[in-house]
Amino acid sequence: MPNKNIILKIEGISKEYPTVKANDYVSLDLEYGKIQALLGENGAGKSTLVKIVYGLVKPDHGKMYLNGVEYRPKGPQDARSKGVGMVFQHFSLFDALTVFENIALGLDKNLKKNELKKRILDVSKEYGLSISLDKIVGNLSAGERQRIEIIRCLLLNPKIMIMDEPTSVLTPGEVSDLFSVLKKLSNAGMSILYISHKLEEIRTLCTKATIMRRGQVVKKCDPQNISTSKIAEEMVGTSFSSPKKSKFKKGKECLKINNLSFKPLDPFGIPIRNLNLKIHHGEILGIGGVAGNGQEEFLSLLSGELKPTNGSLLFDGIDITKFNVVERRNKGLLTAPEERLGHAAVPVMTLTENCLITAEHRMNLSKKGFIDYESSKKLSDEIIKKLDVRTSGSDALARSLSGGNLQKFVIGRELIQNPKIFIVNQPTWGVDAAAASSIRQQILDLAKDGAAVIVISQDLDELLEISDVFCALVGGQLSSPENTSELNPSKLGMLISNSKE
Amino acid sequence: MDFSDINFSLLIASLIVAATPILLAALGELITEKSGVLNLGVEGMMIFGAISGFIVTIETKNPWLGFLCSCVGGMLLASIFAVVTQIFRANQVASGLALTLFGLGLSALLGQSYTGIKPVAFPDMHIPILADIPIIGIILFQHDFIVYFSIFAVIFVYFLFRNSHFGLIIKAIGENHDSAHALGYKVILIRFFTILIGGAFAGLGGGYLSLVRVPQWTEGMTAGAGWIALALVVFASWQPFRLLIGAYIFGGITLLQLNLQALGLEINVALLSMSPYLVTIGVLVFMSARRNKNSLEAPRSLGKTFFGL
Amino acid sequence: MLKIEPRKNHSNFLEVSAPVIAVFLTMIFGGFLFLSMGKNPFEAIKLIFWDPIMSPTFSEYSRPQLVIKAAPLILIALGLSFGFRANIWNIGAEGQYIMGALISGSIGLALYPLDSMVIFPLMILGGIIGGVLWAMIPAILKIRFNTNEILVSLMLVYVAEQILALASVGFLRNPEGLGFPGSRDLSKYPSAANPELIANSGIHMGVIFSIIAVIVLTYFLIYHRLGFQIKLLGQAPKASKFSGVNSNYIIIFCLGLSGGLAGVAGMFELTGPAGLINIDFNVGYGFTAIIVAFLGRLHPIGILFAGLLMSLTYVGGELAQFMLNIPAAAIQVFQGMLLFFLLSTDLLVSYKISLNLSNLKTKKLKPFKK
Repeated sequence: MPNKNIILKIEGISKEYPTVKANDYVSLDLEYGKIQALLGENGAGKSTLVKIVYGLVKPDHGKMYLNGVEYRPKGPQDARSKGVGMVFQHFSLFDALTVFENIALGLDKNLKKNELKKRILDVSKEYGLSISLDKIVGNLSAGERQRIEIIRCLLLNPKIMIMDEPTSVLTPGEVSDLFSVLKKLSNAGMSILYISHKLEEIRTLCTKATIMRRGQVVKKCDPQNISTSKIAEEMVGTSFSSPKKSKFKKGKECLKINNLSFKPLDPFGIPIRNLNLKIHHGEILGIGGVAGNGQEEFLSLLSGELKPTNGSLLFDGIDITKFNVVERRNKGLLTAPEERLGHAAVPVMTLTENCLITAEHRMNLSKKGFIDYESSKKLSDEIIKKLDVRTSGSDALARSLSGGNLQKFVIGRELIQNPKIFIVNQPTWGVDAAAASSIRQQILDLAKDGAAVIVISQDLDELLEISDVFCALVGGQLSSPENTSELNPSKLGMLISNSKE
Repeated sequence: MDFSDINFSLLIASLIVAATPILLAALGELITEKSGVLNLGVEGMMIFGAISGFIVTIETKNPWLGFLCSCVGGMLLASIFAVVTQIFRANQVASGLALTLFGLGLSALLGQSYTGIKPVAFPDMHIPILADIPIIGIILFQHDFIVYFSIFAVIFVYFLFRNSHFGLIIKAIGENHDSAHALGYKVILIRFFTILIGGAFAGLGGGYLSLVRVPQWTEGMTAGAGWIALALVVFASWQPFRLLIGAYIFGGITLLQLNLQALGLEINVALLSMSPYLVTIGVLVFMSARRNKNSLEAPRSLGKTFFGL
Repeated sequence: MLKIEPRKNHSNFLEVSAPVIAVFLTMIFGGFLFLSMGKNPFEAIKLIFWDPIMSPTFSEYSRPQLVIKAAPLILIALGLSFGFRANIWNIGAEGQYIMGALISGSIGLALYPLDSMVIFPLMILGGIIGGVLWAMIPAILKIRFNTNEILVSLMLVYVAEQILALASVGFLRNPEGLGFPGSRDLSKYPSAANPELIANSGIHMGVIFSIIAVIVLTYFLIYHRLGFQIKLLGQAPKASKFSGVNSNYIIIFCLGLSGGLAGVAGMFELTGPAGLINIDFNVGYGFTAIIVAFLGRLHPIGILFAGLLMSLTYVGGELAQFMLNIPAAAIQVFQGMLLFFLLSTDLLVSYKISLNLSNLKTKKLKPFKK
């Protein structure tokens, strides 16, 4: 029975969480020296599966075999010692420590400092992964951070390497560098389990793909011999209408940003440098760029959460630079930050209470400082109905909602207040395809009704689909605006690649 | 009423003695905080260490055993904190306060029949040759074992966090417990350990207070020393050698204040007695005003509860 | 393996029952404590929790005492609870309590022996101002320099104690006191006194004041914007900023409220039960109130009951001291234990804990013998 070409065999793995069945009898084979893709939408169960392989999560049922021998990792250290390494998407580097310390932490053996240094340099030379050991990680770009992760993984001489959404934070240039490293590794005999939801990169990189949906494996195929749309269909399951964009009618000027600058107090914060921008009513402005280039700071400067060190904001002809969050909101400037739990919404509060966070003043949910919970509940019910938020009701805690539904609620909360300008960061991050499509449609409808919209996103396809004008945010600086209709993906790639080094 | 009454080398030597309890407690707390745990129960652990050590010394006439038991006492109390915050995931600030209240009560209860007794003296260890050097000998080399131990502990902790792999792991957990967990480090286990170490040091500091520094038992005798130790960690920006300097400066102030009281100067006793606390506030303000410029120093997960991924 | 998972929604039942469970656990462990001291645990527990209210011999004395001791605890805990909700940790209420008493006492003593209706209200105001001013020191330092309010407010307790000592032997000393420390007895100065309103009930102005405070603050916490903003700041600071909450304002409010209430509690205590300013004026209400605030789950109504319960442990503790020779410190231990159990049972409210046996099986552990 054991196939000699198969290094890792996963058989009937199941894992259930209180709210969701994350893995439901999942089976998968990984061959020697191959790059195997694991595809699926957000929430399909890919991350749970790889966490099981890496020993971070224990499965409820099912077995795994490594080289034909039963494999049951007690924890990540055990997995690593058996030759399974992992490159994380988030949460595995320490900002305040140096590159060297970060690498040392990922190794289980306590090597002599100089010996380790030498080995790191060997590996980095062999695969063309350049790094400098004494830098503090918090100051590095996403691409550099990923190189650290890869080196840390390679130093253990793994036979299997798991990569969880490795390109989501990279510029196109960095992506192609990464791909050549991966190909080099697979040629050298390493097996790679590559997780992604981006179809194009799977087609260029992998010869085998396993598609997951709602915790189950729905299809195994060769991505080279199957159409992208077919893969997409398998990933999403049901078909749904894609958002419709109506013709763009440019209204009068809505927001003018003059020389906006910001110097962060946080040593790892991104400074914003001399931003200039104009946006008109009815216009959707897309701001692209990889994570950590000042997106969050930019939104907070517009919302009023951060005070600029320099520059001014003109909103419908009024200088709002000195306005606080509430005053801006009252004028019709509404925002939706990226982080849903903890920033846009409070996990342990009900939806009714969460409604109050931004809608209290504009929707008259209080009288003389006393809160009118009845009206707030009504408004919350309205949002739930309008955006088709799946929840047990307005009394549900925000944390009980799935990512997509909470995002619909958070965006709906702003849309229902009829913003004159709406600024949103990563509107569809971590959201399933159906919800993403409905959110995009809402944004398009808002602009059609004459509001200005700024969409900050790392998903370039999304920006191409809905925005009229495009700017790239790189290292806290904004490129000059371009009409989206005149752009193509490679031009976009160049704009956002002008990266800080 | 004459400053020349004070012998300066003796003054500095006793300054070191005065500083040792806070130094030990603060050093323990530094280790705990490096792993991302804020234990506000230092005062409680200290005073419990003070009474544990005191009782054992009185009963066995062996101060060494006493010091050992003050460590164990501190650890015992710390283990309650560890269980409550690491297993039951309770809020660290509230649990630390609870620990202080509990420790103060428990020590008062245990110490009822031990007030007014003097423990066996803990001998000084004169280091041969070095102790005979004029001035420096008196200042540095005629102390007891615990003083030397405290200085070596500072050096040890310095190298622990500078060079050792284990120190690096503690630091990493304090910086970002989610990342450390993802790499497979046992966040809760290591925090449990650092909390216990913190307790042992605090207990030892308390024991030094009741066995050498004072030396007798009075209810509430720590009088805020545990809190001052907490402030000292902030003052030292989580660096062992700065902790040493800070503790000695603080010991100096306490001592000066006591000496001035003894001299009977025209300064009010109450004003002098409140001076250590006022100085602590001043130091805290100074450090926090500076910190805005460089917030890299505090462990980034400090005081946050780890819930696992 | 223990499995700990967040509950989808809060359990209201556990919200109320967690403190009750904690109290029972404390009784059990406290019983062991008393047993280890060679006392009969059942008798001790009965003396502490039952006799002060129900015993025909003791209740006549104990019941008013219960009310008298509960009033300051409730007042102080009410103020603290607002700050604790917002993660603003004023643990120096003891100092604010002293300063409230000192300022109001100074006003009263300065006007002695004048007879006027305005003196008492003026002293209430003085108590509030004293507490607020003392609490503004950590508030302003926190806002201006981001200084840790926990340490500053605590250090100020020691400073306040020294000022109290200074006052008792110095500027507030009774000129007719034959040189003994301590001020004039304000409870014997009609214009400043805070007497019992109904004979043998223990009810004085401070009790009335704390009941009013419970009602007003309950309404305020639930319905006023500030109450909502305080919760918001405590649970998600980033979201509160996004919402437009000015955290500096909340810091001032929370520390001011707790300082003011602690100060006024000090004033009522001084003019009533205590009578005079002396070195041992403060008995730790400011610290015990921290336990009361948590025991009441930071909710005004809960604090009302918690204050009464904690007062019961004081009064019952005195009884146990008197009858069984159980030292007062044992009661302090008892209270500390209660807080630990309380914090631990908190986990039950928002997290679901289950014993995962399948995990044990895979590790092939031998089953426990029953």
